[in-house]
Amino acid sequence: MDATLLQRVGYAFVSLFVITNYGLLLIGSMARISAKVQGRVGQPVYQPYIDIIKSSAKRNSIGHGVMFYLGPVFRLAGGVGTYMFIPAVFGSALFMNFSDSGDLLLVMYFIFFGQLGMALGASEGGHPYSAIGVSRGLAQMTAFEVPFALSVIAVAVQYGTLDITAIVAAQQGGFMHWTLATNPLAVVAALIAFLGMSMHNPFSVVIAPQEIPIGPPTEYQSNLLGMLQTNRAIFNGAKLVLYMNLFFGGATNIVVMVIKTFLIYFINVFVGQAFPRLRVDQSIRFFLGVPTLIGIASVLIAAF
Amino acid sequence: MNELATRLAARYGARGWHDQRADLATIVLDADRLRDALAYLRDQEGYRHLSFATAIDNIERGVFTLVYTLRSHDKGHSLIVHADIDRQKPVVDSIHLLWAQAWTYQREMKEWYGIDFPGSPRVDEEFVLEGWEGPPMMRRDFDSLAYSDATYAERPGRATSDPARHMKEQLYPEAAE
Amino acid sequence: MSDKKLKPAPLANEGLSPDERGLFCDAAPREYEPAKGVIEDFYNWARAESLWILGFGTGCGAIELRPLMTSRFDMYRYGIQARPTPRQSCVFVIGGYASVKTLKRIVRSYEQMMGPKFVVALGSCTINGGMYWDSYNTIKRIDQYIPVDVYITGCMPRPEALLAGFQELKKIIKAGKGEGQNIYARDFAWYKANQKQIIKNWDMPDYNW
Repeated sequence: MDATLLQRVGYAFVSLFVITNYGLLLIGSMARISAKVQGRVGQPVYQPYIDIIKSSAKRNSIGHGVMFYLGPVFRLAGGVGTYMFIPAVFGSALFMNFSDSGDLLLVMYFIFFGQLGMALGASEGGHPYSAIGVSRGLAQMTAFEVPFALSVIAVAVQYGTLDITAIVAAQQGGFMHWTLATNPLAVVAALIAFLGMSMHNPFSVVIAPQEIPIGPPTEYQSNLLGMLQTNRAIFNGAKLVLYMNLFFGGATNIVVMVIKTFLIYFINVFVGQAFPRLRVDQSIRFFLGVPTLIGIASVLIAAF
Repeated sequence: MNELATRLAARYGARGWHDQRADLATIVLDADRLRDALAYLRDQEGYRHLSFATAIDNIERGVFTLVYTLRSHDKGHSLIVHADIDRQKPVVDSIHLLWAQAWTYQREMKEWYGIDFPGSPRVDEEFVLEGWEGPPMMRRDFDSLAYSDATYAERPGRATSDPARHMKEQLYPEAAE
Repeated sequence: MSDKKLKPAPLANEGLSPDERGLFCDAAPREYEPAKGVIEDFYNWARAESLWILGFGTGCGAIELRPLMTSRFDMYRYGIQARPTPRQSCVFVIGGYASVKTLKRIVRSYEQMMGPKFVVALGSCTINGGMYWDSYNTIKRIDQYIPVDVYITGCMPRPEALLAGFQELKKIIKAGKGEGQNIYARDFAWYKANQKQIIKNWDMPDYNW
């Protein structure tokens, strides 16, 4: 807390560097684990790095106007912004980032921000598949935001604060103090929303990798795609850290953070390998059904 | 079934009834009575399903033979109607008003054989080819090899070995000579 | 569009109607200098280890691409993935015979890919026409119309042959010889003349960006 502003900016860069690499390795290792489940060898763990280098090493690139270029920038800003306001490791000056009172609201905003910016940029590309991907993405996002927001409200009500650091501080002192133990309904609702947020298998129709359109980034290529890939790693890391902080007691050092976030991310793989993909209308109905009710119940439990 | 043959012969001059299988027969009609006969078969005899229509280039006789396969699901019987038209003047009545799907077959025949069906929807549009400038390519006097040689670049050094001759040379070298 | 000094003569786009011409780019492709020395080697290594196939089945050979994704052949372990959009992919697998109608789409898709881009021609039909050597509607050699890096013979080649072909492509890329994009830009007039000779109803821009 005593660090000067300059120091904090420097720390933030280190922290961002760490989370980017961690996110990339996480994506790579999860792809490999999925491959093992399917009886394959799978891609190397460092494949996401190669993909980003290759995308950035493309010799030419095309644009569709200013908004088109701003799309990935907004997306990256969304990812970085989300991460920058979450304290990654509790009590560590290095991974403190810019967490301050009320940061939970900012984070909630930034999670949505990237997708909106992407929607603006991708529509500029003029490709019909981009528009389909964007409409699917925003529809699904709106749906899973409901249980997620409800569970965040429950957490905020429970701890009486919107400061993530304070929420983590309140959960210290063993497993029985975690939100997982004190308000399990909120955790359930949030984890179901998390499945939608990370766009893994049951809810992967937005990206629909390798099938019809690949979603919003249809027209993005070369270094713009490299930016989107980098953002995917940062955003993944940020979401995981947020979940760990809100529901799983935070982390007091980086090893605990890695273990906890890995396990949280593993839920995705677990569910994703077991369930087939849902259509958009199905996933919206799903999110607005039982998960929303669980979320409302968690708010009620926290409030009374 | 032969009652049907008699009726068709009396009404439309049909001839050559031939039972291919128990549930499949062929018959030959004159092209100018084709549409009336098909309408009769559809409305009166229960052959309500046009399952297939195409043409055969009988270049030896100087005719295109139109082939219409009709199916009666009540009787469980299919009837193939043949009709010859002059190769020099290939114009036939369109039957798209009897079966709506017929216009697709007719468009195909127009592109592949150059048989015209006046009044058929979109019959002059391209069907499977794009920008085709040669003669109708399913006509048997169209030389595909000559067209291909003249149009498409070839890689030199291509050798063909006929499987039958190749095996003969392998197994019976003395007989191959 | 931005670098005017490198722009060659604009294309005529005669296949388009006059009011459509303004909607499309009229710039011809240009050659790109490779980066210097070790940097280019590093880039080439990354390009070779991350081959993204354009998921566009242009013939019967496309059926041989599907097994590559399965557990048995598992192309992912070589860094090969399928992408549904030409903008993001860098390998174009010509799956066997290409009819004139398909060739038009092949040209469009190939030109939309971002360089460096590589072409793997699959099956005998792409080499000398194969069993379609006397067909009225099938081109006999694909390298007249787009530059090809690797040929894989067979009718059809097995998925193993495809994997071997991709390994060969990796060697070519790592050696810095996968310059199909520059070859296409250099001999653009020749390729375009060949394409227009075959594709009679040319109703698209001369270079599809």
